[in-house]
Amino acid sequence: MGQVERLTNCTTGGPVYVDVEDGRIIRMFPIDLADDDKGDWVIDARGRKLTPPRRTTLSPHAQAQRSMIYSPKRIMTPLKRVDFDHRGKRNIHNRGVSGYEPISWEAALDICADEIERCRREVGPGSILTTESSHHLWGNIGYRHSAYNRFLNIMGFAHAGHNPDSWEGWHWGAMPMWGNSHRLGIPEQYDLLEDALKHSEMVVFWSADPETTGGGIYSAFESTIRRFWMKELGLKMVFIDPYFNHTAELFGDKWFAPRLGTDVAFGLAIAHTWLAEGTYDKDYIEKRTTGFDEWKDYVLGKTDNVPKTCEWAEAECGIPAREIRALAREWGAKKTMLASGSLGGWGGACRSATGNEWARTMVALAAMQGYGKPGSNIWGTAQGAPSDESFCFPGYAEGGISGDPEKSASAYRWTYRMFAHGTGSHPTVNTHDSPEGQSVPRLRIPEAMMHEPFEWRGKGFCGSSIESQMQKYQYPAPGYPFIEMYWRYGGSFIGTMQQTNRYARAYREGKVSFVVNQSIWFEGETRFADIVLPACTNFERWDLAEFGNCSGYIPDTFIQCNHRVIVFQKKCIEPLGESRSDYDIFAAVTDRLGVGDIFTDGGRDEYDWCKLYYDATDLPKCISWEDFEKKGYFVVPFPDDHVSTPAMRWFAEGRKRDTPDWGPRPGDTIGMRGLQTSSGKIEFVASAIKRLERDVVDPERPAMGPQFIPSWEGHHTTELYDKYPLQMVSPHPRFSFHTMGDGKGSWLNEVKDHRVLKDDGHYYYVMRLNAKDAEARGVADGDLIRAFNDRGEVILCAQVTERLAPGTVHAYESCADYIPLGKPGESADIAGCINLLTNKRFITPTSTAMSNNSCLIQVEKWEGKAS
Amino acid sequence: MKTWHMVIDIERCHDCNDCFLADKDEFVENDFPPYSAAQPWHGHRWMNIERGERGQYPIVQTRYLPKPCQHCDAAPCLTEDGAVYKRPDGLVIIDPVKAVGRREIVDSCPYGVIYWNEEKQLAQKCTGCAHLIDAGWTETRCSQVCPTGAIRVVLAEEQEMARLAEAEDLKVYLPELSSRPRVYYKNLYRWTHAFVAGNVAFKDSDECAEGATAVVEHEGQKLGEAVVNNYGDFLIDRLEPGRTYALTVSAPGYRPETREAAVGEDSLTLETVFLEKD
Repeated sequence: MGQVERLTNCTTGGPVYVDVEDGRIIRMFPIDLADDDKGDWVIDARGRKLTPPRRTTLSPHAQAQRSMIYSPKRIMTPLKRVDFDHRGKRNIHNRGVSGYEPISWEAALDICADEIERCRREVGPGSILTTESSHHLWGNIGYRHSAYNRFLNIMGFAHAGHNPDSWEGWHWGAMPMWGNSHRLGIPEQYDLLEDALKHSEMVVFWSADPETTGGGIYSAFESTIRRFWMKELGLKMVFIDPYFNHTAELFGDKWFAPRLGTDVAFGLAIAHTWLAEGTYDKDYIEKRTTGFDEWKDYVLGKTDNVPKTCEWAEAECGIPAREIRALAREWGAKKTMLASGSLGGWGGACRSATGNEWARTMVALAAMQGYGKPGSNIWGTAQGAPSDESFCFPGYAEGGISGDPEKSASAYRWTYRMFAHGTGSHPTVNTHDSPEGQSVPRLRIPEAMMHEPFEWRGKGFCGSSIESQMQKYQYPAPGYPFIEMYWRYGGSFIGTMQQTNRYARAYREGKVSFVVNQSIWFEGETRFADIVLPACTNFERWDLAEFGNCSGYIPDTFIQCNHRVIVFQKKCIEPLGESRSDYDIFAAVTDRLGVGDIFTDGGRDEYDWCKLYYDATDLPKCISWEDFEKKGYFVVPFPDDHVSTPAMRWFAEGRKRDTPDWGPRPGDTIGMRGLQTSSGKIEFVASAIKRLERDVVDPERPAMGPQFIPSWEGHHTTELYDKYPLQMVSPHPRFSFHTMGDGKGSWLNEVKDHRVLKDDGHYYYVMRLNAKDAEARGVADGDLIRAFNDRGEVILCAQVTERLAPGTVHAYESCADYIPLGKPGESADIAGCINLLTNKRFITPTSTAMSNNSCLIQVEKWEGKAS
Repeated sequence: MKTWHMVIDIERCHDCNDCFLADKDEFVENDFPPYSAAQPWHGHRWMNIERGERGQYPIVQTRYLPKPCQHCDAAPCLTEDGAVYKRPDGLVIIDPVKAVGRREIVDSCPYGVIYWNEEKQLAQKCTGCAHLIDAGWTETRCSQVCPTGAIRVVLAEEQEMARLAEAEDLKVYLPELSSRPRVYYKNLYRWTHAFVAGNVAFKDSDECAEGATAVVEHEGQKLGEAVVNNYGDFLIDRLEPGRTYALTVSAPGYRPETREAAVGEDSLTLETVFLEKD
């Protein structure tokens, strides 16, 4: 055995010490803070002095990281589809079927360069589309907003903008009601931990499962200990979720499972009870909201003759009226935190046909209970730990080395530091990926590849203003061609988008003549490319980043973590095989096209960028580069003079905003008072929707609300419901991080609640169903089942459970692989891509949003064979 | 001397699998002679988390039993030739050289925590991270990563451990095996006992019967009582499974109702009971 070297790195699920021996990673584990690390805080609440553990936490997918690095599915050389010849027959109809042969980097780069030149010269600018998968391996230099954006900007590629997938209903529903566009419609969370521990009596988790979703996101189990504190201090915890989720199993005092798509009815009945019994904050409603009387008349049934009583709601959601009333009464009497999604916003309920109105319901209920007053707030329990927000260390969404003003938040504070005078470094812009350029919404990539023209509203994560989501776009953009080439970075969409047989078919039947896939693992869409470029993991390159900090549309995300831990991500091993870091791949491609020195800014490698990045942060004020590199991490001290500024207290009290939040921006307020809406208040009749209605009236997106609008795929769509009587919920996965950690021979496949190994040697994805539904179908626990509807079929392993109400089935989204039994795009999949079954329809015609949790299916026992 | 013990709190485990994965991270493809040979990439569960549910929709609980080697003091797997031996600190180790070809070691464990490595022809299991403990660690990989504090390593004198077990009401799993495990469980009742739960409402007002009383009896003996909460729910736990109990709910001014409650291993959630006015 050789010498073991202890290095540091960071993952999407926590920082790690990495032990390396003889050029091989042998272990990784959470970091115990050293004696000289400062950063502890103390909250004095109800006789307890509460301070966090001095150890970082780790998500399951991060603990399984070593099996992903050394995965048998790693791509070790560039690959070419065997029947693809870019100068001859391309055989694109064989994508997904024909095999691959290894080729040299030289040959692969030659083909890529030839094709880029052909598309640019023969088809025109904007004819090369690129997009990335949502999440990336950690590190602010290598992250997609950084190296990848720098590359695509320099190349002038068109970009498939990502819909705000985690936000959806909050973005399209809540934002017109209360603004917060700088957070895509979800609320700030500053200092709410202390507020809750001191003042709250109850937490209502509504579509929130922070024990599953990395706290809120990327923060592992940092907030778990804080929920234990709440429990110990006597806060009651009520869960509203179709699944008895993993936070509920640890902390739940009461669980409600309203029928999918009826949460709004449940919520309106709570509001009706408060109105009938006078148990709401009338003064707050008077001073801080507008349009309440019109909405009140709707809830009471004065305008539509349907009073939204608990009895009315019972018929919709299946929860006994008396229990809804009991919750309304307890909520009305107790100071309550509403955890509507684990970031305050988010939650699977926002990704459904009723997502917009659900998010508005959450805002309405919070407002009726004096949102922002002590102990009464919207708080997901994940964020709001005390922290020093003034210390500048950016999150990945601030653009890293791209300086990209369009697809990152670099313009807010980072570009000026990173590319300051004297550094000799240069940011990038892309004139074709701009509101005036060529773009495609990610949810319509298949149609773009099929060369079908279409229109939509809202480009990408459109959060510059409330109105930006209402802007209309078309494909192809005026003056631009159809897409001719596709540079796909990652390969997850068959597992993660909607009605995803479309994605498989578009590769084979579409009109895109050349597809590159740049990926670490050979899975999913990667097997539909003409040329595959092998990338490496973040353990095989230099980088730096902070635990749990993405920033951008979630400013100060690190307030999820118990300490601000900034990690120097060391290159632990050399890239495996012939794989290269993304940065090196981009450098090689740009070099081939004669612009390599622009990409590398005159020859910088990743280590050089790390140093430049460090210099631009506040780190040099506290720790030298040498010490940072040697120690491998830095904990931001917690200031002695920290002043607590609980989120939205300023709003509740009619003061100027005093929180460190990035918005509402000065131009969106009068004197930094009030919200971003025209009135500056929470609008029960949304003025922005009223203005939109001059252009288009969207009947599913009413100005006055929240309203109960039955799901367009649910128990009211009777013809479909008779045929497909099971409602499928597909939340974010518990063990993998979306596709990260799933498939690819990872150890996560052996987690009993993730996949199940059957006799044929295949690890099947799990679908959960209630014992009654299973019995009715002759399905036993562990049986293979076929889940299907008119859009597709998936073979899964049944888990029979009481954690779901009858009529609801549950499978996590984000299967990493795609293994069709027959023709790709037209046959059953055994990998577990349950998104073959979901509907491609947007939440509403003007809300370019995914709605995965509105999906009707049928299930039957499967007697077939996979091979 | 201080010896090795592990304490696992069933109520704090939510099946995150960090322990299971940390074990894989430590042992897969890593040889630690003379403690252990590498674990195969797939198939072994040196930390095996048993999963279970209690009750039925809509009142349900989960229960998990993280099950490493119990490092029994009277371990049936121990051999006289040192192929399986006990260290002075209590840890039971399978010698990765001497135990080659000894498949009977797998079958010797009544807890089912020893696995067969087909390629190496070797019985393998949790080592209690002996190689790390000897290198100065005070925790195992599974306890170090556990985010809820459900797993604790206790390096203590035997008397000290006995006091802790008494104070925290710790139990060993399957004590009837008499193998004297060094792994203790807190709140093991979730696996050994069952609950009866239900919901109670007033028929006249259709309100939740908050404040009503639920009583569980068996052969005339009262075994448990609970006050119905504001949602009409009650739950009476720590009952012997496999019996039929009489469950009576009552409230002042209402006629009591009694239900037969056949409580199995998986506990029982009854349908809503409606109380009628006297």
